[in-house]
Amino acid sequence: MAIDTAAPASAPETSTTDGRELRMRLWRGDASGGEFVEYRVPAQEGEVVLDVVHRIQATEAPDLAVRWNCKAGKCGSCSAEINGRPRLMCMTRMSALPTEEPITVSPMRAFPVMRDLVTDVSYNYEVAKLIPNFTPGPKPPEGYRMQQVDVERGQEFRKCIECFLCQNVCHVIRDHEENKEHYAGPRFFVRLAELEMHPLDTLDRRAYVRERMGIGYCNITKCCTEVCPEDIHITDNAIIPLKERVVDSRYDPVAWLGRKILSRPDPMSASEAAKHTGAARAAERAAKTKES
Amino acid sequence: MSVLQGTASPAPIPVEIGGVRGGPPRSEVLRRDLWWVQPLITGLGLLGFVAYGTWTAFRGDYYFAGTISGVSHLPSHYLSPFYSPCLVSSCPTAVRWGPIGNVGAISPALLILIFPMGFRVTCYYYRKTYYRSFWASPPACAVADVGSTKSGGVRSRYTGETRFPLVLQNIHRYFWYFAVVFAGLLTWDAIQAFQFGSGWGMGLGTLIFILNAVLIWAYTLGCHACRHICGGSLRKFSSSPTRFKIWSKIVTPLNAHHQLFAWLSLIWIACTDLYVYLVAMGTIHDPRFF
Repeated sequence: MAIDTAAPASAPETSTTDGRELRMRLWRGDASGGEFVEYRVPAQEGEVVLDVVHRIQATEAPDLAVRWNCKAGKCGSCSAEINGRPRLMCMTRMSALPTEEPITVSPMRAFPVMRDLVTDVSYNYEVAKLIPNFTPGPKPPEGYRMQQVDVERGQEFRKCIECFLCQNVCHVIRDHEENKEHYAGPRFFVRLAELEMHPLDTLDRRAYVRERMGIGYCNITKCCTEVCPEDIHITDNAIIPLKERVVDSRYDPVAWLGRKILSRPDPMSASEAAKHTGAARAAERAAKTKES
Repeated sequence: MSVLQGTASPAPIPVEIGGVRGGPPRSEVLRRDLWWVQPLITGLGLLGFVAYGTWTAFRGDYYFAGTISGVSHLPSHYLSPFYSPCLVSSCPTAVRWGPIGNVGAISPALLILIFPMGFRVTCYYYRKTYYRSFWASPPACAVADVGSTKSGGVRSRYTGETRFPLVLQNIHRYFWYFAVVFAGLLTWDAIQAFQFGSGWGMGLGTLIFILNAVLIWAYTLGCHACRHICGGSLRKFSSSPTRFKIWSKIVTPLNAHHQLFAWLSLIWIACTDLYVYLVAMGTIHDPRFF
């Protein structure tokens, strides 16, 4: 069986132009500076913003940097700000945008620009290393068992595609760079909520969530929920439940008295929980390697 | 330059803080929709209620519309929700609850309003509203926190709810406990609104009081602190099926409409008070259905 691997001389025209012209203002530049540059391209039916950006890249600006992968809203690569609103370029239909004025596409504002529309999101990966890992108790003889009702609760959180639009829109770090030192951000509160609600997990992260992850900085203005392309109810189902757990462990004198009377253990300290992070384990491994 | 550092990590984690970010200027608003309309409307709505509530709380009269039992067909127990429970000796006998004696010229409402007011001020939904409308922190999503012109129009420092006084927002659940008591009292007022001088009956005011109690319960039971206490705090739903049912069948569905009930109950409290005021003044007559 022969397989034709030769690319066509020119890409087949799957869309039709309707005679209208689109004006696109794309941010061009790097960390040292930049500006909006306007491009004019013919409008085509059924396109999303990423298609138009690709067309500009193919026809007018071959050096335009744009990060993308799946074109289906599942990889979280093409996050940007379209007319000032954080969105996935591949999931934003051109027909839903007003075309009387130029459509603005700019890089995510919370992260350093590498070039054009591509930002350096490594801050998020560094925070991920600080999340205390899933820590189940000893395995029972019959193996771990979970009820369906307990499994379902965390499913919403596992929809996260790590597009970091919620991190980008969160004003705690978007407008206040210095808070990156002590604030995890909505994506990681989702992860922490998932772990804290896991029926098999045994770690108590509440003190850590307050002291190291900085949940108190969040003033629950719900922008993370508004921009989430996976429709995760970040504020209502992750952040506020975490805040209430922190109240249990820190701000509720009745809960404190109850623990004392019933001889329940005090909340695990932040430093104890920190021993279970990826960063701590990596440091431990590095120390052992050095010793040997 | 400083670095993000893990509590237990001996080595600094190499994320540069305060480096050059690039991109459009921080204070430039690129949103082209009417992003300022929502914070403006909600801010005006809250200010309107605060103005009305202040007038009502300091009014000190015409908060009760009633008559003596067995004397007339008029309602015998229409008490403004701003004044319920009525605890001082100057309250009408029919609605007087309590041990507090004469407090002089102080309006009875001022003694109790701290509880419903505290519940709403610390409510997660209202926090979002006033942080956006009054603090402008942020005024809208992807619009920079408003600050002084010295810092380019963007607020230079932000500590959220980590410090006094905003750390006190964490006492919300205690206000919720009082809110349950107040919802019970307003339910009692709604039941009492079926009483007329000539016996049991129903007037337009009765319907207004019932709706007031229903909306207050819908708002109170949809509270995020209630959701946590009822079942949200559990790690394993399967170990507490009753709490899970309350959480999933009652509280979570109400919580999904918390914003709606926050506004409806707020507006309806004012409407109920206004109705009682107008009936007590004799401006309008309470239509009786039976």
